[in-house]
Amino acid sequence: MVKGSLTMDQQVVSPETTTIRSVVENPKITSKDVCVFYGDKQALFDVNIDIPRFAVTSLIGPSGCGKSTYLRCINRMNDTIPIARVTGEIKIDNQDIHDPDLDVVELRARVGMVFQKPNPFPKSIFENVAYGPRIHGLVKGKTDLEELVATSLERAGLWGEVKDRIHEPGTGLSGGQQQRLCIARAIATKPDIILMDEPCSALDPIATAKVEELMMELCENYTIVIVTHSMAQAQRVSQTTAFFHIGYMVEYGDTKQIFEDPQDKRTQDYIFGRFG
Amino acid sequence: MTDISQTQPTATHDWTSATARRRVRRRYAADRRLQLYGIAAIGTAVALLGVMFTTLIYAGYAAFTTTKVELGVFLDPEKIDKDNIRSANFRKIVRDAFLSHFPDVQGRTDKRNLSKILSSGAVYIVRDYVVRNPDKIGELVTISVPVSDPFDQLYKRIIPREIQALSSDRILLYRQLEHRDVLSVQRGVGVVKTTLFVDPAQVPKEGGVEAADYQRMINEAFRSFFLSEPSLSYREILSPSAAEALKNKVVANPELVGKTIEVNLPLSANYDNLLQKGEAKIRNPRFRSDKEFAWFDSLIQRGLISTPFTWELFFNADSRFPELAGLAGALSGSFLALLVCFLLSFPIGIATATYLEEFAPKNRITDFIEVNINNLAAVPSVVFGLLGLALFLNTFGMPRSAPLVGGMVLALMTLPTIIVATRAALKSVPPSIREAALGVGASKHQVMLHHVLPLAMPGILTGTIIGLAQALGETAPLLLIGMNAFIPSVENIGLTQPAMALPTQIFSWADSPERGFVSRTSAAIIVLLGFLVLMNLLAVYLRRRFEKKW
Ligand SMILES: Nc1ncnc2c1ncn2[C@@H]1O[C@H](COP(=O)(O)OP(=O)(O)OP(=O)(O)O)[C@@H](O)[C@H]1O
Ligand SMILES: [Mg+2]
Repeated sequence: MVKGSLTMDQQVVSPETTTIRSVVENPKITSKDVCVFYGDKQALFDVNIDIPRFAVTSLIGPSGCGKSTYLRCINRMNDTIPIARVTGEIKIDNQDIHDPDLDVVELRARVGMVFQKPNPFPKSIFENVAYGPRIHGLVKGKTDLEELVATSLERAGLWGEVKDRIHEPGTGLSGGQQQRLCIARAIATKPDIILMDEPCSALDPIATAKVEELMMELCENYTIVIVTHSMAQAQRVSQTTAFFHIGYMVEYGDTKQIFEDPQDKRTQDYIFGRFG
Repeated sequence: MTDISQTQPTATHDWTSATARRRVRRRYAADRRLQLYGIAAIGTAVALLGVMFTTLIYAGYAAFTTTKVELGVFLDPEKIDKDNIRSANFRKIVRDAFLSHFPDVQGRTDKRNLSKILSSGAVYIVRDYVVRNPDKIGELVTISVPVSDPFDQLYKRIIPREIQALSSDRILLYRQLEHRDVLSVQRGVGVVKTTLFVDPAQVPKEGGVEAADYQRMINEAFRSFFLSEPSLSYREILSPSAAEALKNKVVANPELVGKTIEVNLPLSANYDNLLQKGEAKIRNPRFRSDKEFAWFDSLIQRGLISTPFTWELFFNADSRFPELAGLAGALSGSFLALLVCFLLSFPIGIATATYLEEFAPKNRITDFIEVNINNLAAVPSVVFGLLGLALFLNTFGMPRSAPLVGGMVLALMTLPTIIVATRAALKSVPPSIREAALGVGASKHQVMLHHVLPLAMPGILTGTIIGLAQALGETAPLLLIGMNAFIPSVENIGLTQPAMALPTQIFSWADSPERGFVSRTSAAIIVLLGFLVLMNLLAVYLRRRFEKKW
């Protein structure tokens, strides 16, 4: 396992913002001056982050600061919003994801996403997981597909609970099970990166613990980016953390360092609970 | 509670005060009132529907059975050529067979009247029977054939044997006489005691009292009697023999000339009946003689009359004779037109809606198209008919009266409905499902085909079926393109063949003068409504079937 090691390097980007930019060796995802506009309204201002591979990176910050917006840039989900416009450069494994030659559908298969609200397809559990591999032609034959579905569910920690009712509707599962089903669906397409937007916000502590455990396991092989409102969760699962504030990425670094010794005033206020 | 309100009089609201109680009571009253309005509205709607259905069923149920007579026919090989069955004189064969049930009936008029008990269509039924069963030639067979319309109606008690002879205004004239107490029965004859002047001016010089115009004297007397009566219908009160009676009296007593006398003049038959029996009835003029009733009664007594279910209503083509007319042509025409309508409007509608909803850029042109589609849904159907007439028939020269063109016109009408319904159904698919599909790397069209459309299907199907149901009942556009052709056979059914549709069939039957078409019309309406109910049930079923929770 090669974990990206971080060295911090402070740098002033604009008068009102201190962006603390981290230098990551061999990053999985690099963003340079990413700006997002919803119509005339700018939601993200010059975000620069290098996300290390095989690690969990947390995005934290107050509501409406642009965490989801940034996350959705990575798999170009913002393309599906007609009024959204993204500028700047995002590279995955040194390849520009806005390259006209790059197939956005393939990109989304390689960058799995788990949404805030569990959103299984109104189909069977099996179909939910099998759908991605099937449309991308990842497996040949029925047995291979079944095996892939089983291992995906297994890795998502759901197999034991659903193996007897794999052909029942996925919407019949509990909220926590549905969220793990969505994780299984995301990993079934064999992505390198998994984006999770507040995956535990609808879950109870036990289900949350399961999903967290899963993330820690998955980061052995995957690069994970997670948006969370729970600082405790960020501290528990992530190696690196980025703090966002009204459209600016304010501070980015080792999770430990961000939580114990934040450099920016706004980060301090947020982490030590001085925001209203 | 009271403690608190006493210690903190301004801080808390007093929930127990009289005003507060009153407010609660008013709220309850308002709730109940609203509920009552709702119940009243539903009650009215249900009652109106009930009235509609009862009248329809009451008027139409008779058409679901046909009065038939078991006709024993000897298929004489000498009269029917096996190789050319259709050339045989079936009119005579059927007539003779029927007359043979009544050996007593002699005379040309009676025979003709008797054979009119049978429907004129009986000939074709027997002919078609022989064509279908040529091996029966030489045998005595029993074939059920319908009776003619008046007897069908008579047997079902829709029309009576006798009807009132006098209209209500005639009866009013009679009441005036009754009121003056001038009516009496003398020697079994109803008479009016009439005061009249035996006018010498009416007695000619030569001829004397023998040649006097007594009718004129009577008319004079009645005119002064009914001074306020504008019409001359009072002249029908007296029997035509009244003048004769007066003449006899004056001839016997010539000194009466120049005097005012009182005479009893006989009433005409209808008024006589009214006076003596209390009512005036005559034979229903739809029957030619009382003998017909006797003949028909004898058929009933012999158990030859039955009223089986009218399968012909569904399997016969249209006919000039109500007892033979069926909906087969209309049903097949409507089916073909709806099929064309569905095949055109369903894919085009879904494709249009999908494109507009999911793929089209938002700009002036698409906005314009959108507004126009919504407006199209409100365009009266007759306009679509005119468009079809101008475009399909006149410009493209497509065949008149054809289900193909009918279906195309109906498709124009149904398209907006389907598009609007499909767009609503697409909009109602939760965005989370699209995101989920996009998130695993489904392309736009995969998201559409694999996830959004299946989820929108119940809504789309419901919209489509409602559109088709509307199209099924649509009359005006079909009339405009001539889909009300009279097609008395079901042999030539095809997309480009002239045809009828259910609503236009109803329209043309409703327009027919024969009494039997009244119940046929109602029956056809019941059939149409039955299909509409079936289609709606199908919509409900499909909705239940395809609907999934998410
Ligand atoms: N589809 C959209 N159209 C217009 N504006 C949007 C859209 N999505 C987000 N925004 C705006 O962009 C800004 C950032 O939104 P974003 O969803 O990224 O916030 P967030 O950090 O994820 O907040 P939360 O923690 O509440 O989820 C907000 O001001 C929001 O109003
Ligand atoms: Mg968010």
